[in-house]
Amino acid sequence: MRTAVGPRVTESQVRAILTRVPDPEMPGVSVVDMGMIHAIHVDGQGITVQVLPTFLGCPATTLILTDIRAALVPLGLALEVRSTMAEPWTVARITANGRRALAALGIAPPSDATDPACPLCGSDKTVLDSAFGPTQCRSLHYCRDCRQPFEAMRAEH
Amino acid sequence: MSAAIGRLEAPVTAPPPPALPGLMELLRAMADDEFVIGFIDSEWTGIAPLLEEDIAMSSIAQDELGHAAALFDLLGGLTGQDRDVLAYDREPEAYRHARLLDHGRGDWAMTIARRYLYESADAVRLEALADGTWAPLADLVGKLRREERYHRMHIDTWLDRLARTAGEPRRRLIAALETLGPDAGTVFAPLPGESGLVAAGILEVSMHELHVRWLAEIEPALAALDLPVPPAVLDPSHGRTAHGQPFSDLHAAFTSVRRSDPGATW
Repeated sequence: MRTAVGPRVTESQVRAILTRVPDPEMPGVSVVDMGMIHAIHVDGQGITVQVLPTFLGCPATTLILTDIRAALVPLGLALEVRSTMAEPWTVARITANGRRALAALGIAPPSDATDPACPLCGSDKTVLDSAFGPTQCRSLHYCRDCRQPFEAMRAEH
Repeated sequence: MSAAIGRLEAPVTAPPPPALPGLMELLRAMADDEFVIGFIDSEWTGIAPLLEEDIAMSSIAQDELGHAAALFDLLGGLTGQDRDVLAYDREPEAYRHARLLDHGRGDWAMTIARRYLYESADAVRLEALADGTWAPLADLVGKLRREERYHRMHIDTWLDRLARTAGEPRRRLIAALETLGPDAGTVFAPLPGESGLVAAGILEVSMHELHVRWLAEIEPALAALDLPVPPAVLDPSHGRTAHGQPFSDLHAAFTSVRRSDPGATW
């Protein structure tokens, strides 16, 4: 078991490291951008990170926990990284930076509008194809202007 | 199942001892329900009648398996067992899912009818657990309800679509509802130890009372579409045991990989 002795590490430093841990399925979008970090705690015992799973059936959750752990190992402190149900993850937790990164990937960020703007051409003439997409967090849409299908972060109802 | 989905932390607060037997029964029943319906509906992947439905049904089934994993984790925290042991290492007679789910996959109408009956019943059950006094379950139920909303919207649309299409769609839906009717209420089969759950404030009211609530909720919806309603009286010989051949076949399928190399790490 690691000792807790080491240079003083702050929660901000831990958070900064986590901004470089990507969502495995969406390059350029970090776990911090996705709003998945419920709590970071640093004390004499080490570092604790509590992570909110986006959807219970998401197969990336274990990989995300592993990647977070691997990113924090170089700090040389005892680590506890675990998922928690303390509050439900929602799309509202996605940060402004996350929204930009999603749009850059061609995924419409979550929106209050029934039909999100097309992330490819910007048109608002879009229709919902299906609430169920290739992953739990995404829905399928079609743009009538540029005539391309696109995915959106699935809206809350 | 094990490697793919992040394990939940072990509960930090213990439930009150008088509630423990009922709680373990409840968690096993709910986990088995979600696991069995998730597995059945995952069988549609690749062969659903429409491409969009293939995606939707696969997504819904994936949710259910995730829910089962989370519920097995909660139960495993109380029994000291790993989720995979709970999910895969029991004989068919030891599973405690509702007999509503013991009719095999069936055709599309059967799938929609079964899911309609199960989702509506599960919603009533989850609502009665949402404000429970044991935080680990109440927290998980909050998450489950958020995710189940999408299922309900989807299945209500399908019920309506099949019911309103004269000819074969409507005929098959009615036949499915008549077949499933006698077993539909088994989601609310009385649980051993449930009075301890109610006394502890974990479950709001008895399963019998929830059965009554559920019927009151679905009767108008089914009547509006001129569809058969499940019987009001729950046959005491029905419940969560004596699953029969269709489940034995399903069990053989979902344990086949595990049994091919017992103790393997995936």
